[in-house]
Amino acid sequence: MENNGIDLHSDPRYRIANREAVIGVVLVIINFVWWYGFAYGLGSAPPEEYTFVFGLPAWFFWSCVAGFLLMVILVTAVVKFAFTDVSFDEEEEESR
Amino acid sequence: MNTSVIVSLAAFLVLIFAIGIWSSRNVNRKGSGFLQEYFLGSRELGGFILAMTMIATYGSASSFIGGPGVAYTEGLGWVLLAMAQVATGYFVLMVLGKKFAIMARKYNAVTLVDFLKHRYNSKAVVLFSAFSIIIFLFSAMAAQWVGGARLIESLTGLTYTSALFIFAVAVLIYVILGGFRAVVVTDTVQGVVMVFGTLVILIGTIIAGGGITNIMNDLMAENPNLVTPFGAEGNLTPAYVSSFWILVGVGVVALPQVTVRAMSYRNSQAMHRALIVGTIVVGFIMLGMHLIGVFARPILPGVETGDHVMPMIAMEVLPAWVAGIVLAAPLAAIMSTVDSLLLIVSSAVVRDVYMNYIKPDATVKRVKQVSFGVTAVLGVLVFALALSPPDLLIWLNLFAFGGLEAAFIWPVIFGLYWNRANKYGAILSMAAGVLSYVVIHQFYPDPFGMHSVVLPVVLSFVCFVVGSLLTQGRTDAALHT
Repeated sequence: MENNGIDLHSDPRYRIANREAVIGVVLVIINFVWWYGFAYGLGSAPPEEYTFVFGLPAWFFWSCVAGFLLMVILVTAVVKFAFTDVSFDEEEEESR
Repeated sequence: MNTSVIVSLAAFLVLIFAIGIWSSRNVNRKGSGFLQEYFLGSRELGGFILAMTMIATYGSASSFIGGPGVAYTEGLGWVLLAMAQVATGYFVLMVLGKKFAIMARKYNAVTLVDFLKHRYNSKAVVLFSAFSIIIFLFSAMAAQWVGGARLIESLTGLTYTSALFIFAVAVLIYVILGGFRAVVVTDTVQGVVMVFGTLVILIGTIIAGGGITNIMNDLMAENPNLVTPFGAEGNLTPAYVSSFWILVGVGVVALPQVTVRAMSYRNSQAMHRALIVGTIVVGFIMLGMHLIGVFARPILPGVETGDHVMPMIAMEVLPAWVAGIVLAAPLAAIMSTVDSLLLIVSSAVVRDVYMNYIKPDATVKRVKQVSFGVTAVLGVLVFALALSPPDLLIWLNLFAFGGLEAAFIWPVIFGLYWNRANKYGAILSMAAGVLSYVVIHQFYPDPFGMHSVVLPVVLSFVCFVVGSLLTQGRTDAALHT
């Protein structure tokens, strides 16, 4: 179970993994900025001046409802177009 | 209280039993060894199941009972806060991602502690992490049991003790019999129940309130703050609400019950699918459940105990038998969190402490007996603790989450992505994170208007980096690149 016998160096799959982790961080930053911007940008006005979208206050609609849909679209797009299939099976990997 | 509600709930429990027993056949049949199967389901999870089990584990009593209760009191500001959790749908799997899956397989790791053990080669790291898990998750689990029993109590009119007993027996039977596979399969059933339950209650509530516009007008007439992002009293500051992105958003990567799922999927296609499904489902459930809490306010004014809002609104707006089925949703959430926690704590005891340091040469048969035994003993202990519960459900639960995040976030992240991370950094960071969290939580809560978890996470980051850099050369060179 010790890792002495296992090759932990320079696995080509790590480059893919690192890139995808960075994408995750970028997505969460986009998510946060959108969420924060609409919530406190529109929501800081006095409630009497609120506009409403589908019955919900505009800040809430854009921040929480639209923000959620935006993330679903972004995640789907990223997974379809930027993520790479890799094998987790080591023997298979070595025989390539 | 209501026969049709009880019948529907009972049917749900029976279904869960059946699934647990059915899954248990796999524990004996699969060829990948008892430990891999019992604690990890032989790393065979498909995408849909992976997404559902992550959400069901994560969406706990606080999201389904406590959360909507607070939303009822605070208004839309609390829904805004809850939406920080959408990030968990994609962030956890992307950041732990393929690297974690690959390394866990190379190390043959079954638990988070296994991973840390092989990455850092340190007894101190292993023992410190195992005990953090046992202590923090044990208290989280107690909080969940209280929530489950309270729910059964308020639905059926049984006494708290009998409700707790029913809940405990149901959970223990299928965790002991089925292991990880039973847990994730029932998680999936429960996840589906949660999605439909949310949808049905939300629609019922909107209709009962006379449409969203009408509900908003009622709320504004009562207290305009309810429709602002700042909470009923206007004291939900942007800094405070944003700090929940650490606690319930990105920090979730460090929770052991979540990381274990990130090493259990079959292949990268499963992970890709789980990313999409997970984001949709977690966002929908969080948005829906918390909106129900807010929308319930004009329909059921003056509810004093937040935890009662969800059961009351469901019984108010839906026919009794439908209410029974959808109220299985929060019960499902609680049970699925509890079963995962129970399994994690038991794996920490068996795998991380017993097999590492007490009896490394234990036979498979012995390990099996110990695993079942430890799981059962833990269940009885939690039951005893939950009999006279502390009143603050959310507090205990979030306390545990914060503590685990402060302990594990940097050892996990740096362990994966920073080659110079070493055991000195890891142990320093874990100790600093946990100690400062406990101290801040206890004596100086919410410093600078942010949740108590924020400073310990920053502090453990600094400790990790400084600790690792100062001790370069004292450990073997980078383990991997």
